[in-house]
Amino acid sequence: MQATSRNFAANSRVGLANENLQQALDIMTQRGFPLRRREVVARLPEFEALRERGREIKDHTLAHLDFYLELYEENVVAAGGEVHWARTPEEACQVVLEICRAAGARTVTKGKSMIAEEIGLNDFLEKSGIAPIETDLGEYIIQLRHEPPSHLIAPAMHLVKEQVADTFRAAHRTLDPRRPLIEARELCDEARALLRPQFLAADVGITGANFLVAETGSSIIVTNEGNGDLTQTLPRVHIVLASLEKLVPTFEDAATLLRLLARSATGQEFSSYMTASTGPRRPGDLDGPEAYHVILLDNGRSQMLGGEFADMLRCIRCGACMNHCPVYAAVGGHAYGWVYPGPMGAVLTPSLIGIKEAASLPNASTLCGRCESVCPVKIPLPKMLRHWREREFAQKLAPRVWRNGLSLWAWVAQRPALYHALAGIVSRVLGWAGGPRGRFRSLPFAAGWTGVRDMPAPEGRSFHSLWAERAKTAGRG
Amino acid sequence: MVEGRARVALFVTCLVDLFRPTVGFAAVKLLEQAGCTVEVPRAQTCCGQPAYNSGDRADAKTIAVQVMDAFSGYDYVVAPSGSCAGMIRLHYPKMFVDDPTSRARAEELAARTWELVSFLVDVRKMGEVAAQWRRVATYHDACSGLRELGVRDQPRRLLASVEGLELRELLNPEVCCGFGGTFCVKYPEISDKMVSEKADDIAATGADAVLAGDLGCLLNIAGKLSRQGRQVEVRHVAEVLAGMTSAPPIGAPRS
Ligand code: SF4
Repeated sequence: MQATSRNFAANSRVGLANENLQQALDIMTQRGFPLRRREVVARLPEFEALRERGREIKDHTLAHLDFYLELYEENVVAAGGEVHWARTPEEACQVVLEICRAAGARTVTKGKSMIAEEIGLNDFLEKSGIAPIETDLGEYIIQLRHEPPSHLIAPAMHLVKEQVADTFRAAHRTLDPRRPLIEARELCDEARALLRPQFLAADVGITGANFLVAETGSSIIVTNEGNGDLTQTLPRVHIVLASLEKLVPTFEDAATLLRLLARSATGQEFSSYMTASTGPRRPGDLDGPEAYHVILLDNGRSQMLGGEFADMLRCIRCGACMNHCPVYAAVGGHAYGWVYPGPMGAVLTPSLIGIKEAASLPNASTLCGRCESVCPVKIPLPKMLRHWREREFAQKLAPRVWRNGLSLWAWVAQRPALYHALAGIVSRVLGWAGGPRGRFRSLPFAAGWTGVRDMPAPEGRSFHSLWAERAKTAGRG
Repeated sequence: MVEGRARVALFVTCLVDLFRPTVGFAAVKLLEQAGCTVEVPRAQTCCGQPAYNSGDRADAKTIAVQVMDAFSGYDYVVAPSGSCAGMIRLHYPKMFVDDPTSRARAEELAARTWELVSFLVDVRKMGEVAAQWRRVATYHDACSGLRELGVRDQPRRLLASVEGLELRELLNPEVCCGFGGTFCVKYPEISDKMVSEKADDIAATGADAVLAGDLGCLLNIAGKLSRQGRQVEVRHVAEVLAGMTSAPPIGAPRS
């Protein structure tokens, strides 16, 4: 996917002006995930302890990632599967293609996978003559619309129901124009009717993974639609597409993280479906694929280990940080211009596509800290946004006027006498100019401020000058 | 209330110094009521947050050292801002990971630095104030104070003792107002959307005043309310607690 993160400011203006998006965002933030999360967390007194445990599990795994990766591979092979290591998106795509070709595949069904988005798999497969069919409802909708996802767990959250209905009417040729598509239920039924035969016809099923369990070589996915199960059990070949940091040592660990995941993501106690797959169908199994492949993508992650951004590898892709982010709530996910939106995207994207392209993202935050306060694995997102700003500053990527202004301010701030003299003058001048109105409607040097709100006028004297006067009078008295 | 005097250095903060000295004097009054001797070190300017949050570590560190020098030797350092107090308490120590001497100094300073209202309640055990203010007011939880320092109940507790004051909660008191330092001028449209929602939330309570513990947020909120022509009085919580509400509210015409 071609990144447009560079254009975050312009993208965000498009988002702010998009009424459907604004309506969808309002529904989500006012009545959706954050509210449900709060309720479900309130019902679980040990939630905080669970977060701490989640952080520990992930940190431990990352500290011994080489060990767990080897153990995992051993166990996948022992169960009759195969592990493919992919350093880059290109390599990962190529492996998928080879497996599909070897299986003589014409169509593949896909469960939801952010890694597939990251490597641009759909476009790649289409160009190679293989038709990928998304089976997650949200992914299916955006595939029809040729759009990228706008949210980690709700890829079509930027749309309202009416837009989905229009999309179906445009794409489903067999759809009776008189059939009502108003309620969510009707939309689901329509998608389900279209997808059923596809599940049965597909030669290969590709899923992501929420967790990879080292002790058994299993991959775990959770869905609320059950589409993942059909995707991985019906076709002849199952491909699991995942990145390195999905590893956890044991099933017990996965269970702990699953308790955090559902609550943090959708405010459910548990997702509707949790499916673990370990290798291909064994003799006597009623169903399951004939072949089981895991493609493990690195794409820069091993470089993050041990560095300033290592904490980001704990992420379990729950989406809580964006659900609670006021910037995301204002502009939506597409503004971020690449695969991963919101706070986690603002930290991860520069690691994956470079700070030069993505420098706007870490800046587009008030560092309000709400993301960190809800993150189930306690990722210090604001701290890492600052780290990116430091890199940006060191590489002089910010506009020159900003950098010069900042340097000038810092120079003055390091000279208290000069600083106090200037503060005294500025507060007097602005206080006087603000006059009886007490505020400015526009200020030439602060257009970014006064373009959208008034600037309250200073009271007219600096605190330090008044304090010095008071001390003098007290001294005399 | 705690017995025995404490020697407190007031960290005025650059915004209070420049825009609203009344907040500084209100802080002094409250601290004195809480049995503190207040001094205002002249060598202070700003906590360095603009540099720190813009990725300029070198300048942020120099300013931090300057603050450590200016505020050494006092029992406590108190700021009428959760943002600046949070900067000193949480971020100064982190800046000097590879410099043990400065790190130790930063930690020492951090341990005795407080946000004003939480200092009054948690350290000086102030349970009530002798102030009067006939208003229906609402309260915005500024982000750093709330999430970095756990300031939430303390201001509400003291406000509950203000005679004549009724406090009405916002629907989303803990959502950022969109100030964010340089954010509000770098991304004005997004900031505008955020502060507009805050203004709507405030208006929906029907309160005739809004209070908060950080001047950055207050300037932002007051600026938006006044641009919208909404008649809501905006003040720093310290002004109300100190009973110093005779000055015109933030951004309001001078009578
Ligand atoms: S950063 Fe934390 S809150 Fe955000 S998606 Fe990842 S795990 Fe969830």
